[in-house]
Amino acid sequence: MSLNSKDDDLRSIPQILARNARVHGDKPAYREKEFGIWQSWTWAQAAEEIEAMALGLLELGVTSGDHVAILGRNRPALYWSMVAVQMCGGVPVPMYQDAAAEEIAYALDHSGARFAIVGDQEQVDKIAEAKESASNPEYVIYLDGRGLRKYDHSAMCSVADLTTKGRASGRRAELQAIIDGLTYDDTCIMLYTSGTTGRPKGVVLSNRNVIETAKNSCEFDHLSAGEEILAYLPMAWVGDFIFSIGQAMWTGFCVNCPESKETMMTDLREIGPTYFFAPPAVFEGQLTDVMIRMEDAGKFKKWLFDHFMDVARKVGPDLLDGNSVSFGDRVRYFLGNLFVYGPLKNTLGYSRFRVGYTAGEAIGPEIFDFYRSLGINLKQLYGQTEATVFITQQPDGAVRSDSVGVPSPGVELKIADNGEVFYRSPGVFVEYYKNPESTASTKDTEGWVATGDAGFLDETTGQLRIIDRAKDVGKMADGNLFAPKYVENKLKFYPNILEAVVFGAGKERCTAFINIDLTAVGNWAERNNIAYSSYQELSQLPAVLDTIQSHVNAVNKSVAEDPMLAGCQIHRFLVLHKELDADDGEMTRTRKVRRAVVAEKFKDLVVALDDGSSTIYTETEVTYEDGRKGKIKATLDIRDAKVVPTQKMAAE
Amino acid sequence: MKTSYEPYVTADGRKIGDAMMDMRNITLRFGGVEAIKDISFDIREGEIRAIIGPNGAGKSSMLNVISGFYNPQVGEVWFKGERRPPMKPYQVSRLGIARTFQNIALFEGMSVLDNIMTGRLRHMKAGLLKQAVWFGQAEKEETENREAVERIIDFLEIQAIRKTPVGRLPYGLKKRVELARALAAEPKLLLLDEPMAGMNVEEKEDMSRFILDVNDEFGTTIALIEHDMGVVMDLSDRVVVMDYGRKIGDGTPDEVRNNQDVIDAYLGVPHGEME
Repeated sequence: MSLNSKDDDLRSIPQILARNARVHGDKPAYREKEFGIWQSWTWAQAAEEIEAMALGLLELGVTSGDHVAILGRNRPALYWSMVAVQMCGGVPVPMYQDAAAEEIAYALDHSGARFAIVGDQEQVDKIAEAKESASNPEYVIYLDGRGLRKYDHSAMCSVADLTTKGRASGRRAELQAIIDGLTYDDTCIMLYTSGTTGRPKGVVLSNRNVIETAKNSCEFDHLSAGEEILAYLPMAWVGDFIFSIGQAMWTGFCVNCPESKETMMTDLREIGPTYFFAPPAVFEGQLTDVMIRMEDAGKFKKWLFDHFMDVARKVGPDLLDGNSVSFGDRVRYFLGNLFVYGPLKNTLGYSRFRVGYTAGEAIGPEIFDFYRSLGINLKQLYGQTEATVFITQQPDGAVRSDSVGVPSPGVELKIADNGEVFYRSPGVFVEYYKNPESTASTKDTEGWVATGDAGFLDETTGQLRIIDRAKDVGKMADGNLFAPKYVENKLKFYPNILEAVVFGAGKERCTAFINIDLTAVGNWAERNNIAYSSYQELSQLPAVLDTIQSHVNAVNKSVAEDPMLAGCQIHRFLVLHKELDADDGEMTRTRKVRRAVVAEKFKDLVVALDDGSSTIYTETEVTYEDGRKGKIKATLDIRDAKVVPTQKMAAE
Repeated sequence: MKTSYEPYVTADGRKIGDAMMDMRNITLRFGGVEAIKDISFDIREGEIRAIIGPNGAGKSSMLNVISGFYNPQVGEVWFKGERRPPMKPYQVSRLGIARTFQNIALFEGMSVLDNIMTGRLRHMKAGLLKQAVWFGQAEKEETENREAVERIIDFLEIQAIRKTPVGRLPYGLKKRVELARALAAEPKLLLLDEPMAGMNVEEKEDMSRFILDVNDEFGTTIALIEHDMGVVMDLSDRVVVMDYGRKIGDGTPDEVRNNQDVIDAYLGVPHGEME
């Protein structure tokens, strides 16, 4: 798509919208499935709706600098409302729709949002609940009026009423003047970070941040106006804002909104996006579904699938990267595509998948390779809200499962002595709202931002590899780098292992706690006629321990391949007799292990791992779902894992 | 006998009108067994009316009399100010009465969508021939009916199972599909036979919300039978209590809760005091 030369003058989202209405007027801009049918709006129609909304907001009294909370699931009208707010000179503040009322209350109070635009009754109720402790917002606008007929409408109206009011207002010239006055350094959006440590922080992003980032990332992947994306990730997440508004506006591609959260997979299949983003969990879930259904398939189908998946694993990634592949393999891959990959991709909704990313968590290499081998161009990126998403990303033809790519266009990268990754880019955020201390401690005067993650640049590929949170990375007694999460992630890629906690900071040798996955291991036991009566019993069966031991050995082997991290190999491990649980305080509600709590609670086990005993008797307090407490007692086996000698050790 | 009421508006803003259904001195016998003994009560337009009672009290029989499935030996059924003669089920449907069943009665092999579509029967006028060749009126009707059905699917939040065969669904969802089918008929009076039997707490909460929403959004009058006292007391405007085929209480949930006969029937009385 050749964009005209005036694109460099575009200084705000509303201005880009006006260009799209002019250049792509008849092209679908938004689709939403409603009442079982995909409804669509062209750029011209969307621009008209957005303008009507903005005029309505003007009538309601939204003025320059006002914060407007946006709360609801992905729907075109909510995306429009964000742009409408910007047209009035205001700042949209999207919030997580499934957040609890007190979190919403905090964000409302902190942002001082005067208005809220929400999806439906559920969110109206949430705002009302939050308002019991806060004085704002003054006025609420809702999209779906179901169940709201009897509510007090003195400070509330529907989006339909808003646009009607806007169309009748006759203040177009006034609105146009505000739009014309928007500058590159005006605030585009404010997003709250999830806040794993302390209160959420409001990240302020300018028009410059968003537009430069959108422009650079679209060029990086050659995104065009013909792309189709599915907007299903939370609107309060920076990624959704960049994909569904930043990039969509910049190139003029089409944003498709699913009918509901539950129908996402069906809608994905119907749309067949060309550009797609999903966290690893989505890809994992899909792969598991495929594998389970193949287990239940007939013998011939199973054989066909296994045979061609072997072919795919061998040649698929090479074909995707454009490497040379023998003629025979090409023919076999072509047949595989005809019989297996094509239909499978169609079922998954990836038939038209041209480029896509996964990020947020480490993705298992098997999962990653499965999709790549099918010819799905899945890549990894590394980013954060403060960077307007992109820090590094993988270019086509240089995709690896163990690293997160080269610096994105315009991004400078440096690694501090302690391994922490710093970056500087046009996307670097303006500030944390009303929080100059945090701003100063995150961003230095030269514009370098601390990511809080430790990593290093791979010398051969030039790609960044993230190993852990910087604060978790330590040194072992012999000075070797200790990166627990790096090893734990490798362990967790095995379906049998649900959680792992590795200890080693300041110690001679690394040790580990392992949690088995009850579903996977239980299923295995069932198929092998192994009887067990409880999680505890299953976890200590010799056969189970043997399996886990083989996984640990394999992980050690893979860790040893990396000279920097070879010291993190696990020497001794045990399988825990209970699942780590948020109710017992061992994990956060988002299922992240609380390392310090676990180390303290199971102190006796950590000691036993270190002192060389082969069994350990332990008593653990547990909290049941109804809040009662009890004790479980167990004797746990401790096993030695096979360690690959590293160069340094061999020299000693 | 009272025949006319003053309309009023409830505390939460719903309009309750004149009597829609009036049951006058109904007695229903199966051979020598008297299932219903001389019961009179009414259902007013726009209200949620519950019928409660212990097992075998005659609740379902009563619902079947209202729906016209049973014809009482004694007594009169008045509907919208007119005496209703004995009727065939399709005639009852045309009057604007729809129902769900205690033990789900759906077409297991058909999709959710098709099941709900069957509820639109009374809105389909095209003849067999036109439907078979998919011509003119038939095509137009199908589009209109599908639209109505999709609105109900949206209303009950079952988009994700639209194309799923009913047989594959869990119990709670089947109940919701059954409600959807009844709603598809756009009834004026909706009869629900134990809509929450066998559900867990969460499913009950969902169903309660849908019942209230149906009543509120569409103004549908609802008569329901339910065992769960908590649910009944929360949902209903008025409650009829039955025991051994007799009416032992009638009034608002509070009135019924404090009625001595009702307490005795539910909690039992010592042997010596029994009649």
